[in-house]
Amino acid sequence: MSHVKVELKKEDVAKIKEICKTFHNNPGELINVLHKAQSFFGYLPAEVQEIVAVELNIPVAKVYGVVTFYSFFTMLPKGQHPISICTGTACYVRGAEKVLDEFKRILNVSVGETTPDGKFSLGCLRCVGACGLAPVVMVGEKVYGRVSPDGVKDILKEYE
Amino acid sequence: MHMLVCGGTGCRASASDAIVETLNSELAAKGMENEVQVIMTGCFGFCEKGPIVKILPDNTFYTQVTPADSAEIVAEHIVKGRKVNRLLYTDPENKEHISDSKHMGFYKKQLRIALRNCGVINPENVEEYIARDGYQAIGKVFEMGAQATIEQMKKSGLRGRGGGGFPTGLKWEIASKNHADQKYVVCNADEGDPGAFMDRSILEGDPHSVIEAMTINGFCIGATKGLVYIRAEYPLAIKRLQIAIDQAREYGLLGKDILGSGFDFDIELRYGAGAFVCGEETALIHSMEGERGEPTVKPPFPAESGYLGKPTNVNNVETFANIPVIILKGAEWFSAIGSEKSKGTKVFALAGKINNVGLIEVPMGTTLREVIYEIGGGIKNGKKFKAVQTGGPSGGCLTEKHLDTPIDYDNLLAVGSMMGSGGMIVMDEDDCMVSVAKFYLEFTVEESCGKCSPCRIGNKRLHELLERITKGEGTMEDLDRLRNLSHVIKDSSLCGLGQTSPNPVLSTLDNFYDEYVAHVTERKCPAGQCKSLMQYVIDQEACVGCTACARNCPVNAIAGDRKKPHVIDTSICIKCGACIEKCKFNAISIQ
Amino acid sequence: METVKLTIDNRQVEVPSGTTIYKAAKLLGIDIPVLCYMDLGDMNIENKPGGCRICVVEVEGRRNLAPSCSTNCAEGMVVKTHTMRVINARRTIMELILSDHPKDCLTCAKSGNCELQDMAVKLGVRNIPGQEYAEMSTYKTDFSPSIIREMDKCIMCRRCETMCNTVQTVGALSAVNRGFTAVVAPAFEQDLEKSPCTYCGQCVAVCPTGALTEVDSTPKVIRALADPTKTVIVQTAPAIRAALGEEFGMAPGTLVTGKMVAALRQIGFDHVFDTDFAADLTIMEEGTELLDRLTRHLNGDKKVKLPILTSCCPGWVNFFEHNFNDMLDVPSSAKSPQQMFGAIAKTYFADKMSVKREDLVVVSVMPCLAKKYEAQRDEFKVNGNPDVDFSISTRELAHLIKEFNINFADLADEDFDRPLGESTGAAVIFGATGGVIEAAVRTAYEVHTGKKLPKMDFNELRGMEGIRSATIDFDGLPISIGIAHGLGNARKLLEDVRSGKANYHAIEVMACPGGCIGGGGQPLHHGDSSILKARAAAIYREDAEKPIRKSHENPYIQKLYEEFLGKPMSEKAHHLLHTHYFDKGNKDVFI
Repeated sequence: MSHVKVELKKEDVAKIKEICKTFHNNPGELINVLHKAQSFFGYLPAEVQEIVAVELNIPVAKVYGVVTFYSFFTMLPKGQHPISICTGTACYVRGAEKVLDEFKRILNVSVGETTPDGKFSLGCLRCVGACGLAPVVMVGEKVYGRVSPDGVKDILKEYE
Repeated sequence: MHMLVCGGTGCRASASDAIVETLNSELAAKGMENEVQVIMTGCFGFCEKGPIVKILPDNTFYTQVTPADSAEIVAEHIVKGRKVNRLLYTDPENKEHISDSKHMGFYKKQLRIALRNCGVINPENVEEYIARDGYQAIGKVFEMGAQATIEQMKKSGLRGRGGGGFPTGLKWEIASKNHADQKYVVCNADEGDPGAFMDRSILEGDPHSVIEAMTINGFCIGATKGLVYIRAEYPLAIKRLQIAIDQAREYGLLGKDILGSGFDFDIELRYGAGAFVCGEETALIHSMEGERGEPTVKPPFPAESGYLGKPTNVNNVETFANIPVIILKGAEWFSAIGSEKSKGTKVFALAGKINNVGLIEVPMGTTLREVIYEIGGGIKNGKKFKAVQTGGPSGGCLTEKHLDTPIDYDNLLAVGSMMGSGGMIVMDEDDCMVSVAKFYLEFTVEESCGKCSPCRIGNKRLHELLERITKGEGTMEDLDRLRNLSHVIKDSSLCGLGQTSPNPVLSTLDNFYDEYVAHVTERKCPAGQCKSLMQYVIDQEACVGCTACARNCPVNAIAGDRKKPHVIDTSICIKCGACIEKCKFNAISIQ
Repeated sequence: METVKLTIDNRQVEVPSGTTIYKAAKLLGIDIPVLCYMDLGDMNIENKPGGCRICVVEVEGRRNLAPSCSTNCAEGMVVKTHTMRVINARRTIMELILSDHPKDCLTCAKSGNCELQDMAVKLGVRNIPGQEYAEMSTYKTDFSPSIIREMDKCIMCRRCETMCNTVQTVGALSAVNRGFTAVVAPAFEQDLEKSPCTYCGQCVAVCPTGALTEVDSTPKVIRALADPTKTVIVQTAPAIRAALGEEFGMAPGTLVTGKMVAALRQIGFDHVFDTDFAADLTIMEEGTELLDRLTRHLNGDKKVKLPILTSCCPGWVNFFEHNFNDMLDVPSSAKSPQQMFGAIAKTYFADKMSVKREDLVVVSVMPCLAKKYEAQRDEFKVNGNPDVDFSISTRELAHLIKEFNINFADLADEDFDRPLGESTGAAVIFGATGGVIEAAVRTAYEVHTGKKLPKMDFNELRGMEGIRSATIDFDGLPISIGIAHGLGNARKLLEDVRSGKANYHAIEVMACPGGCIGGGGQPLHHGDSSILKARAAAIYREDAEKPIRKSHENPYIQKLYEEFLGKPMSEKAHHLLHTHYFDKGNKDVFI
């Protein structure tokens, strides 16, 4: 997994330690700790994982092993507006792939990448559960239904 | 009077929150806020026509409502008692408006047991659940005792709804017989099957039924702790479940000495983090322990050594949702529903190229044809039915000849698919079955945990073979390899993921062999889906030279003078299809 | 004991319940092939992730094939190990594994000693279908001072992970990523050098392929030997002589001291010396330090830390530098025998021979990979020139002997050179767990009490138990001794010391299970503890046969002190033979 190097501020370190503490520094709560840490930092840089490892008293290799196992965890910061295209089966048969291709083409990034200006990151997810609206795209928390390749431009325009 | 507004994820995505708001403000403006109550409920199931607003007591069912419609609904229906016809469901057959959902094709054949409260109650209010006999089952169980309850469960014939179909009562019995200082009840809510969302809908629409059932389960096997392993991607379900747990604690329905029975039970949430393999119970347990969600060899089964090495009973959300009703109405009532070996109902997420996309619940034994044509309203845009995929990535693609198969665990298995968690995706003549198999394999490759070699490497190779075939590079030998590899992966993989992942390949090979052969020998995709195998061609006779296609081509692959036939440079063409959409003269075709 | 009866390949067998099919088959002489499986015998640790699936067998009545390594026998089970279905699955799986494995076998460090290669031979794999277009999982090769990780060759058997985490509790390695890209790696897939790796080499010792190998220093040794301006001397660790023969087909436990010396001379080393000499020297220094600390402690000096920990094992030194950074003043400051040898060779011996330090090349033959790293530590260099230039493993020496066309088996025994080749029985037993402390006791007892030892063999200090303790009577003064081998055991023991649960005067720790005889650089023993026991027996045999068995009686050691060092712990001894330790813990993240 590619990742970026960051320097953590004192209060960031304190925050991570606090998160670990709320889970009683219990290694069995590793995934819950990582969820909380990611919701705080937006992603899980190596430096955060190292502190979590020390606090939970487990090897950092193990923390990394867990982070890289679950697709929800990321070591890359997301864009200001994370775009997720649902590639669940219902959306797939209703043309999600073409919508995805159009996002890739316009933003000129691949899945998992962020535009150079940090504005948009492109990702896929499996089934939002809004199959009635297939194909579905999420930008941040907002859900767009029945998206066609033509509509991609208009969605992006909302965030300019 | 009550106005029920669907608060499922699909309808909320279409602004059902705003509908609640505008309805309330319109009611307030008319001074009727005390006479009419607006309630946000769980999913009604009819996602195709969402957002749904239902008015009680007259059962009026409004479809595709927007916040702008609120004023008219209040002014007409509530104040004047006149239905807003334009928002009523129109029968596709006779074009008549249907007001009561009971008479709609979509609902006629349904029997809602697991979904009984979804779209009926406010899931954030425990009293509404209690008003519908909620938490009566647990009281009955305390009276009956654990042994008798397990007997009831066994008699009911309920089988696990998560995919495996293992008899629930038997599972409980095994867990109850293993002695330990601590046991656990786990609810698997890590719905990972792309295209299935029944578990989420239940948790969003009726969280207390799951809490009650887990408590019953705990009492029966002697567990005092329950854990719900839930997808982190389900924020609404998490929120409502947490509210429900808090309310249940407040009402003494969770915690110490529940209902004065002396039995203690409480529930905690654990979050999944995006790993399909965690649907497998050993993987799920490792994940709950903070480990990589890798499955381990069974036995030992969780009932013997599960979470933290203690006896653990894992059931899925839908399984749990059935339990309180079974206890209340009795095993005989439940086992009278369904087919010989599969009792009760099953919830399906009906999606794809079908008119009525939505969440449905039908008795076991209902045929695929009834589901697709009567409930689903047939194929979208008048196209021809081609296949129905059940069981998600673990299932298979069934065809016309299977349509009269009564749906149950064993029948689906016998025809090369499976029940799975209840995804049901309908495909039409435009879908290429090789591509569909490839799509599922792509998913499996991404979701394989990598622990065992057949799944880790084998599925990758299957995907590569399918990729070659869709690119027109396949050989007949490759088809044999596909088949052998599929059988070996099924036969030798460690867990359920690998043991079922080749099903989409095998079932399409069995049912659509000609389509594979066409890709290989004629280098053609009969459905016109495989980009590498198609060419866009402009019919020189039909083209009038309007230039619409050339202007819309994103890569400038089309040339031609105005009013003269145009030509596509196939070396530049990216086969996006924009030209076909723009051509008003049907001059462009795919060959 | 409860037993079960079953049939394997039409033959009946009765086994204790809980026995796996694989082991039951073995009793019948049926060798089911296994790849990822590893049995660490006396350690009671088995690596059986059920991952490779090579060992699958057919079990009557079971839907899919069963992994024999991790499936227990059941009463009445009917197992078939070589049906068409099994053979086809096994071969297909092997083809899959090979399809994701580099094909540079001819030049691979493991060629000829590779379990994967052997398996391909056994299963008769002749081609890999689809190899032309099969994508391979590729990773960056990682060169550390001791170990090379070429994970393209990893087959995910997870043995290294078991060694690193379960046995050694080092935690440098974990399975990372998922699916096709899953691999075993340090955190963030960084180089081993940036991880808490101790270079114990136990991962290398169990790797079935060429994914984990040692850094090969033999080319540098050959170049030095060919350089006429250099004087090249060699030292051999105690454990080499008890294992080297295995590389030439001899039975484990064959002592080949004389042949080894002859071979080294034929290779062209100018002087063939013995690390055992330095082991005697270590006892002089470490033993004196122990007595010094003990005496001061008994006299009530609160500043003195007890227990004293042995420090001759570089893997152990790395381990405590990483994990017990709060206890860096507890281990003995004495350098390891390898480094004592280098320091003496490049001063005392170089002076004697009138060779400039830069022109003297010291090569060590070690059963260990951490020694390679140790030799490169900055504190063991003078103006950039290391005390020990190259450290090669037992396996590398065997390669060298073969490459130099030496018929090892036919060599006549020869003796080590003087003065650095003379040693006592106490030095030889450094090679087995408990040996260092036994050697120290032999000397410390006589120095402390001024009396002659009543017996030479301290059987209470010997054995294969992971953690052992004994109290030795020093003429009325009970000295309590702890012994741990394997870093996981060392961690347990040290944690007890840290928490005050355990009180010892002295503790011996060896990083590798069994001590140096089970070192990461030894001929591969695949966890077979009978091999380790045979090697240990050989070591004690050599000790028993030695005319002198106490370090302080070594005449050349006495001479070394007389001529050069003065007395143990003298200033000169301190300068040359003692060291200090570094904090390599994760302190920086505490900010």
